[in-house]
Amino acid sequence: MGINLKVKIGRLQLNNPLMVASGTFGYAEEFNDFMDLRQLGAIVTKTITLNPRQGNPPPRTCETPAGMLNSIGLENPGLEKFIQEKLPFLKKTAVPIIVSIASEGGNEEFVTLARQLDKVKEVSAIELNISCPNVKVHSQKFIVHSKKLRTRLISQDPKSTYALVKAVRRVTGKTLITKLSPNVTDIAEIALAAQSGGSDAVSLINTLTAMSIDIESRKPRLGNVTGGLSGPAIRPVAVRMVWEVHQKIKIPIIGMGGISDSLSALEFFLAGASAIAVGTANFINPRTTLEIIDGIKKYLIKNKISSMKTLIGSLQI
Amino acid sequence: MKSIILSNRNIKGRYFEIIIRAPEIAAIAKPGQFVNVKVSDGLEPLLRRPLSIHKAGGQRKAKDSVVLLYEVVGKGTEILSGRKSQELLDVIGPLGNGFTYYPLSLPCRQAGAKRYPLILVAGGMGTAPLVFLAEKIAAGLPATTRGAGRFPRDYARGKQATVKPLVLIGAKTKKDILCEEEFRDLGCEVKIATDDGSRGFKGYISELLKQELSAKRYPLSAIYGCGPAPMLKEISLISQKGHIPAQVSLEAHMACGIGACMGCVVKTQNAKRKTQNDFVYKRVCKDGPVFEASQVIWE
Repeated sequence: MGINLKVKIGRLQLNNPLMVASGTFGYAEEFNDFMDLRQLGAIVTKTITLNPRQGNPPPRTCETPAGMLNSIGLENPGLEKFIQEKLPFLKKTAVPIIVSIASEGGNEEFVTLARQLDKVKEVSAIELNISCPNVKVHSQKFIVHSKKLRTRLISQDPKSTYALVKAVRRVTGKTLITKLSPNVTDIAEIALAAQSGGSDAVSLINTLTAMSIDIESRKPRLGNVTGGLSGPAIRPVAVRMVWEVHQKIKIPIIGMGGISDSLSALEFFLAGASAIAVGTANFINPRTTLEIIDGIKKYLIKNKISSMKTLIGSLQI
Repeated sequence: MKSIILSNRNIKGRYFEIIIRAPEIAAIAKPGQFVNVKVSDGLEPLLRRPLSIHKAGGQRKAKDSVVLLYEVVGKGTEILSGRKSQELLDVIGPLGNGFTYYPLSLPCRQAGAKRYPLILVAGGMGTAPLVFLAEKIAAGLPATTRGAGRFPRDYARGKQATVKPLVLIGAKTKKDILCEEEFRDLGCEVKIATDDGSRGFKGYISELLKQELSAKRYPLSAIYGCGPAPMLKEISLISQKGHIPAQVSLEAHMACGIGACMGCVVKTQNAKRKTQNDFVYKRVCKDGPVFEASQVIWE
């Protein structure tokens, strides 16, 4: 029986639904020694901003039960260097490249980045990172009106999400993905706002805001005090959120959050994800993505399912 | 990669030595490089543990094996200490950049000296990779890739007289002194410093280093250091003051160990710096763990 692993995200046709989560795969070079990158469905880059960023002070990571915290702070070389130094290698992989972007200020920077990337043919899609918990990237409106709300992320407010997605949508014809934060009361509401704004897909979840303390030194374990929790510890939260969002929106979902093997990957497809991304597991086993592809194939064969379409959202309740 | 554990034994106190069969790693490992070890198959602990390579690719039977030295300090190393011979251990490596020889400018050539006056400064577990370095030096082999091409030809051909570095070992007490015999067997001159004075020099190893250097026995030299950050900072200051080239191997908590996550960064000098506070973060795992001591901006 032929197994069809192809999925479509916006205008983007993927050979298989396996991606890597932004920030966990660098710009792919580091993984070339360990795996055949061409086997991936898509590569999502580490988030870039218009200008280079040094990122947050170390320590930037710490281990927690079945997970880890990070507060890298979007260290990246900036748009220009990304295009000059990182994109040529990514292009060689011949895999669709999804460039994750963020802003250090308001919506304008997102728009500028999207406009520039729209002209780059090697870029297949753009992911809007409006949910990084480690930098203070927020909607301009909040800055003006209330000091208290300053640390709010764009993805924590449906109106800001809608406005940003709409603004970026105007300047690019490329597939647009909006990455959502789990640090909200109702994630489906934000997903709907992204859909209304013209997003082709949503990816969820980014990390959960979290903290860990060294009781001997009485200091936070991260240089930035708080960080984002990832890894298997957050998986059930992510699965629940994918399921909730799937019931409300029509655009595809890219599911992520603690996926470490094909069993956990399959949970996300059943909950309604059209594609999935491996994040933290890349750090532990750089070949996780490839092993998951094999595992999914085996599951489909065993259950006599011929295409991903049949599997996606087939949760029985 | 799964490697068979050949042995895993307690050397003394909380210190252990594990030997694994890993021909691919043993064949190419360089002093200062490390391997990233998954100590258990489950989720606890989740991340790998970076351990520097103590020995690799030895003679005859040891050709395919890699030796790691570790201290039980937390749950990861605790679990590792319980792993048994013949079990499989998940190891990635060799990773990072190792120590490099300083090329032609090195004084050993200028002076035509019989002695290649290298100083190895090992603090605590920092002895582990320096034994590997001492082995390579004793064998008269270029130790690492960086700069190896420019390595003095006479030396590479083994024409240089046998190299006998001075090794300074620092430990908390005499019970914590590691690898003393191994260094001596390699023909090194060994001096000891302990925090409590239970053996050798009483006090920090950096003080002993200062003493050695002020004796002017090594007016032209190079220092290789591995150990706790405060010690490496001292080495860096001493080396810069004395205009002695120095390399230090840093330790850091890592998530990926392969340069992807940007988690294990350290502040380093920015070559193109415009202001006093200008610096660049470098990854200990991928850009290091060995750095030129003068390049590191210490906290």
